[in-house]
Amino acid sequence: MTVSPSAVARVEAAPRPIRLRLTLTLLGYGAIALLACLVAPLVGSTPISLSRAFDRSIPFADNVDAQIFFLARMPRVAASALVGGGLAATGVVMQALLRNPLADPFTLGISGGAAVGAMLAIVFATGASLGPLTPVPLASLVGAFVVGVIVYALGTRPRRPMSTAVLLLAGVTLNAFCWAVIMFLQYLVDFAEVYRTVRWLMGDLDIGGFGPVVGVLPLMVVAFALFAALPSSLNLLSVGADIAATRGVDVARTQRLAFVSAALATSAAVALAGPIGFIGIVVPHLVRLMTGVDHRVVLPASALFGAAFLVGCDLVARTILAPVEVPVGIVTAMIGGPFFLWLLVRKA
Amino acid sequence: MFLQLQQISFSYDPGEAGLPSQGFSLRDVSLAVGRGSLAGLLGPNGCGKTTLLKLMAGVLRPQQGTIFFDGRAAAGIPRRELARHIAVVPQETHPAFDYSVLEMVLMGRHPHLGAFRLEGPDDLAIAYDALAATGTAHLARRSYMSLSGGEKQRVIIASALAQQPDVLLLDEPTASLDLAYQLEVAVLLARLNRERGVTIVLATHDLNLAASLCHVLVLVREGRVLAQGATAHVLNGGMIRELYDVDADVRFHERSGHLTVVPIGRAR
Repeated sequence: MTVSPSAVARVEAAPRPIRLRLTLTLLGYGAIALLACLVAPLVGSTPISLSRAFDRSIPFADNVDAQIFFLARMPRVAASALVGGGLAATGVVMQALLRNPLADPFTLGISGGAAVGAMLAIVFATGASLGPLTPVPLASLVGAFVVGVIVYALGTRPRRPMSTAVLLLAGVTLNAFCWAVIMFLQYLVDFAEVYRTVRWLMGDLDIGGFGPVVGVLPLMVVAFALFAALPSSLNLLSVGADIAATRGVDVARTQRLAFVSAALATSAAVALAGPIGFIGIVVPHLVRLMTGVDHRVVLPASALFGAAFLVGCDLVARTILAPVEVPVGIVTAMIGGPFFLWLLVRKA
Repeated sequence: MFLQLQQISFSYDPGEAGLPSQGFSLRDVSLAVGRGSLAGLLGPNGCGKTTLLKLMAGVLRPQQGTIFFDGRAAAGIPRRELARHIAVVPQETHPAFDYSVLEMVLMGRHPHLGAFRLEGPDDLAIAYDALAATGTAHLARRSYMSLSGGEKQRVIIASALAQQPDVLLLDEPTASLDLAYQLEVAVLLARLNRERGVTIVLATHDLNLAASLCHVLVLVREGRVLAQGATAHVLNGGMIRELYDVDADVRFHERSGHLTVVPIGRAR
């Protein structure tokens, strides 16, 4: 993803009032996200004609272009935007909650729980489904919730601020535990199933219709509604819990809201597309380089840029080795990994 | 009395049913700070000075006793409302992200704005006024993390001033500063107190700072109040021996116009 030079120049100019900065940011990043979502469905391994796709005179069953456009690409772009936006915004929230720029949506171990759930559904071929949610997404949601509840119970104490150290350690430990369970399951089952599980872990946006998107949408909507209440409190929380409290922030409540919203968005994203790494850490840092660190700007900008970023990465994944498809998690990690190292080196 | 603590007991590790399990950090502390006064909290390391400040700020709640702010029980005042009256300057502030000085100061407007309102021209004017009052206006666009210790401390004081508080609580405001900055912060606090009528309570280990700046002193040892009163009455050799187990000469210094404390050696 390239960034317009004017966005970079904006940082060096005089500090603008927050209202103007927020408006410019939302317009700028909104335009990038919109552009990505409009261009991505047009491009793919099979060239399609847009006029033919929208031609009502051809029956849908015979209109291959329309089928590719509406059944393969549109749901895929919608899922990419939702997952990318959700993971990037969650990264911002996690980094502020844990006061740690290296935190990401998977730090709390929720993705590990989701992965165990998905593995179990694949290995035991459960048939349980819920509305538009097919067995694997449903099981991964359940796994994510179980881990989320455990970490929450460990990290919170009645009427007191959360212990971020306990949250971090519990998350890391549960992630390790979940990976042990995953490897144990892979050791037990046959090769075909191991391949399916590994493929799931690489992240996959080929969801074949709008059903799964609709299934996790309510979780994302709740998560984003909670995100909206957080930014100014996150600013203070990232300065320090005590100073936040004396500036009028209800620290315990903010931390709980942040945890719950982050857990919901992560669960929804992982259930939809598997654990796609690096977005939650790379996108917020990239956005901070362009907009400064105020969470009231960084959070919405990261959500929009995260959406554009994953739509773009998925486009690369679909086309770079066409007709073979590269798992999108590999693309985000291959772009995100070196970029993140560069960030670290630059900081040191 | 403006800020009043009535028989406060506090433990970081409360046992069953609020009864003490491991003993109190503070026990039966009663103290009062008048409106417009400049009070110093003195005592050895770990005596409970910081805990006292956190209780006054409403960050911690006492297990026993009541804290009154302007005649109202502080426990009944919502956090945001309390933050419009009482601001705190911690010993050190380490933001996780690279905020600008202006952003740090504008965060002081949070209790007036809440979660959803964005700051407007009035808030900016208040922030710039706070920057000017602390002599940091020229730093507004700098990164907070790039500042020196003294500059950081003054910016955090500016951020507290942006809350437009009646009371300013400071935890060892000069602890990590060199002599020039110590003096600068002391002059700033005296001016805020005198010109803006801000009530100030500061915890410090610097007895000479306390002697030059504070109208009243509260001496705390092992979680109890040893003595409190006008600086001239409380600050003497006997009290310092009781407080720190140190022999010290306390004399009036002609040129500076206040008492000075010179430690001589450990008592006994």
